[in-house]
Amino acid sequence: MPESRPAMTGRLGALVALVSIVAAVCASAQQPPGQPIPPIDDPALDARYQALIHEVRCLVCENRSIAESPSDVAHDLKKLIHEMVLAGKSDAEIAEFLAARYGDSILYRPPVQPNTWVLWGGPAVLLLLGAFVFVRIVRARAAQPIEEDEPE
Amino acid sequence: MIPELGQLALVLALCLSLVQGVLPLVGAHLGRADWMALARPAAAGQFVFVTLAFGVLGYAFLTDDFSVLFVAQHSHTELPTGYKAVAIWGGHEGSMLFWILVLALWTFAVACGSLSQPLSFASRVLGVLGLVSAGTIAFTLFTSNPFTRLQPAPFDGNDLNPLLQDPGMLMHPPTLYPGYVGLSVPFAFAVAALLTGRLDKDWARWTRPWTVGAWIFLTIGITLGSAWAYYELGWGGWWFWDAVENASFMPWLMATALLHSLAVTERRGIFKSWTVLLAVCAFSLSLLGTFLTRSGVLLSVHSFASDPARGLFILGLLLLYSGGAFVLYAARAKHMVAEGGFKLMSREAFLLANNILLVVAAGAILLGTLYPLFLSNLNLGEISVGRPYFDFVFPLLMLPLAWLLGVGMHAAWKNASGSALKQRLALPATLALVLGTTLPWLVFGRATVLAMIGVVTGLWVMLSALLDPISRLARGARPGLTRGHWGMITAHVGVGFFIIGATLATAYNVEIDRAARPGDRWETAGYEVAFVGTRHVEGPNYTAEEGEFELYRGGELLEVMRSQQRVYRVQTAPMTEAAIYGTLARDVFIALGDDLGGGAWAVRVRVKPFIRFIWLGAIVMAFGGLLAASDRRYWRSVKAAAAAPAGAAARGA
Amino acid sequence: MWRYFVPVAVLAVLAAFFYGGLHLNPSRITSPLLGKPMPEFSLPTVRDPAASIGSADLRGQVTLLNAWGTWCVECRHEHAFLLELARSGVPIYGLNLKDDRAAAVAWLDDLGDPYVTSAFDADGRVAIDWGVYGAPETFLIGRDGTVLYKHISPMTPAVWRQDFVPLIERECGSAPCPSLGPQ
Repeated sequence: MPESRPAMTGRLGALVALVSIVAAVCASAQQPPGQPIPPIDDPALDARYQALIHEVRCLVCENRSIAESPSDVAHDLKKLIHEMVLAGKSDAEIAEFLAARYGDSILYRPPVQPNTWVLWGGPAVLLLLGAFVFVRIVRARAAQPIEEDEPE
Repeated sequence: MIPELGQLALVLALCLSLVQGVLPLVGAHLGRADWMALARPAAAGQFVFVTLAFGVLGYAFLTDDFSVLFVAQHSHTELPTGYKAVAIWGGHEGSMLFWILVLALWTFAVACGSLSQPLSFASRVLGVLGLVSAGTIAFTLFTSNPFTRLQPAPFDGNDLNPLLQDPGMLMHPPTLYPGYVGLSVPFAFAVAALLTGRLDKDWARWTRPWTVGAWIFLTIGITLGSAWAYYELGWGGWWFWDAVENASFMPWLMATALLHSLAVTERRGIFKSWTVLLAVCAFSLSLLGTFLTRSGVLLSVHSFASDPARGLFILGLLLLYSGGAFVLYAARAKHMVAEGGFKLMSREAFLLANNILLVVAAGAILLGTLYPLFLSNLNLGEISVGRPYFDFVFPLLMLPLAWLLGVGMHAAWKNASGSALKQRLALPATLALVLGTTLPWLVFGRATVLAMIGVVTGLWVMLSALLDPISRLARGARPGLTRGHWGMITAHVGVGFFIIGATLATAYNVEIDRAARPGDRWETAGYEVAFVGTRHVEGPNYTAEEGEFELYRGGELLEVMRSQQRVYRVQTAPMTEAAIYGTLARDVFIALGDDLGGGAWAVRVRVKPFIRFIWLGAIVMAFGGLLAASDRRYWRSVKAAAAAPAGAAARGA
Repeated sequence: MWRYFVPVAVLAVLAAFFYGGLHLNPSRITSPLLGKPMPEFSLPTVRDPAASIGSADLRGQVTLLNAWGTWCVECRHEHAFLLELARSGVPIYGLNLKDDRAAAVAWLDDLGDPYVTSAFDADGRVAIDWGVYGAPETFLIGRDGTVLYKHISPMTPAVWRQDFVPLIERECGSAPCPSLGPQ
């Protein structure tokens, strides 16, 4: 499927490669482009739909959501999600549906499961550690003598 | 012949950087003034040869020398001359040469600016920089040589990637790289301090302007990257939490923490080991970014081309520089702890909290960026970590920081009075709360809780920052603030702009995708868009279909907007050039999509309120940094040194 | 004083992961369907809209399901090898994605038809059920209908030998396999 990437891999090149893959791959596997999917009338449902398509990864692109991808797979998935939202499926059901078929990596919001506990819990742990460090330092410093301020 | 000269120049630069790296450091250890004195001339020599090498590569591009493999890969005879010049940093090998050039420039600047420092210290700083140069040049020569020849030379090249054929290409790397690479300077200062075992307020005063300088470049570079992605990629996004973006953002967070830690060290002589650690971490994250983006390790799960040899070399450099510095830190830092008390309610405590939050944020971003790699490595599954994770975690950490920021700016050193602070800040806090909750309703007619929190926070930061000058003016007095103080105020006002812009552009973002035929007219977010039609356009090295749109508001024509679907002649991938009608208040973004047949075209319309505040805020932040760095107290000593160069040079260990 | 060693320790751990990451086998994109029963489906065939083909037909023997389309440039690269496999007795079923029926039939007639039958997935929904996101993709299905393997990108003799044959042999156990294709 993806052929050899453009030769550059610099910081800049990586960013560009991330995006140019969209064009390169899609150009090589192009079907007639699909009609853009119309917005949903109900604003609440439409907001959910918009949010969802930003959270589903386009698997033929390097790192884009299906909302930002011109590829056919992205279009088909958008259509599917559009239907599922209108059919009353919940966000969780839609996410599960896609993950069951494409794997967890299609979701930009990693599901909370044993292999992501460290991921989701990590920032909180880091914050607690930080708070612990803060308290220790402030306690130690508050106990030290505070001399008169010398003129700056 | 000439490309070989470039390679030779690079080899000579390698030798000189080794001289610059090894001898002064050994000399400083042994007390040999003659070896220490080699540092500056070696740095100057390295700079000359690196510039020469860079010039040779530029010459190869400008003369269409396709016998050089790198030029053949990234240039074309039809490529406009301006882009030929900047194509040097359009690929890995060339951008590494640019990295080396920027490092040589910084090194040269440090060599010139180090005249006011004792030789034993300056030689160590330049020595460390020399080692960094040596490693990087060696990496380039042995794994990423831009002067490799292509025999037989093709008639024409592959052309520069169309996405890079853009003015942004001119500005983004030359601002980003000095930022990334510039963090090697505080790194070198920190390692020098660890080596001598001494770190005093003088050290902080020397280090701070260099750090601010690198920070300013990094701020502008990241901002330009975001703005460029916004208008170049055709989808209206300004930040994607890509590994590449994160690779530049994490050093920025660390550098910001470093700046604030230096403030404490300079003022009180404490937090020394923290400052040193932050300096080492900031540059380490820079190196890590280089590793992540050039080794292919993060993209390797989804790509086929990766070069483990390059990755291993950079990993080796990372272990050498960061590992070496961290080992030194483990050995020496405990001797740097200094006495100096402060209470919970004090500026030191606020700055400490500020730094902890910044470091935690950087850690969280690192966790999210590397997590898929961890899982893959351990065979525990394949996941993606994207916007939903980062957009959740990062603001959660940064909002408390912004709230504390507003207070911390006014807290006195050592021991601040809580009641005095409350009195002073009651007015800005109330104003922010009132304005922040009502303005979104007034302007947009609706508001979410998050939108209100964001606007309140942004206003709070701005009003708190401006409290000092405004209250002095209100009393009829001149503000009378130092440039350093103005710098702080300005930078924080920039932060406020940024927060407001990010909040509003996200909360009130409107995205419409539709199929349109010429003559169609539709309403979007208070604007009317009319699709006039398309026409065929021939560019210098591309062909395009150009769609013309008219933007109306209240019946009045605001702007004729043109968006192109381009196909470049050599690299035939299609590319969208979006049309943007932008004011500070909002951007209307129209992109022509695919031809759907039957006269219909896919059209993307985005309305992004106050999105320019994001980049405005960042530029204002950078300007604040400039003001702070130009404070007279950093340049007093340079003048003094220029007046007595003999004395400064003679002062030994 | 141990806290001063934390940075080195963290770096060491990260470096270990990066070292491992550099040696990671690039892309055997795993499918969540592996080891599970194949998705149920029933579709009209490409050649005859009245006839149908479904998951029931893929049971009972070791089969391949190959996603293809006339719009797919890479599919041509594997076509010759697929014909070889079919000739040596490997049952290959096609999943024709979002194509034009007439064009698909013409394509098969022109280039050769390696498929026992091709299913016509006009809207691509069945493909989504199989986690297909482009062509060519090839699935190996066991006798009881379990999805044994998924390969993305064109099929080559090397891929067949290294990835498919061992799995087929394991599936058959001690009894000789019905067809291992060209060896």
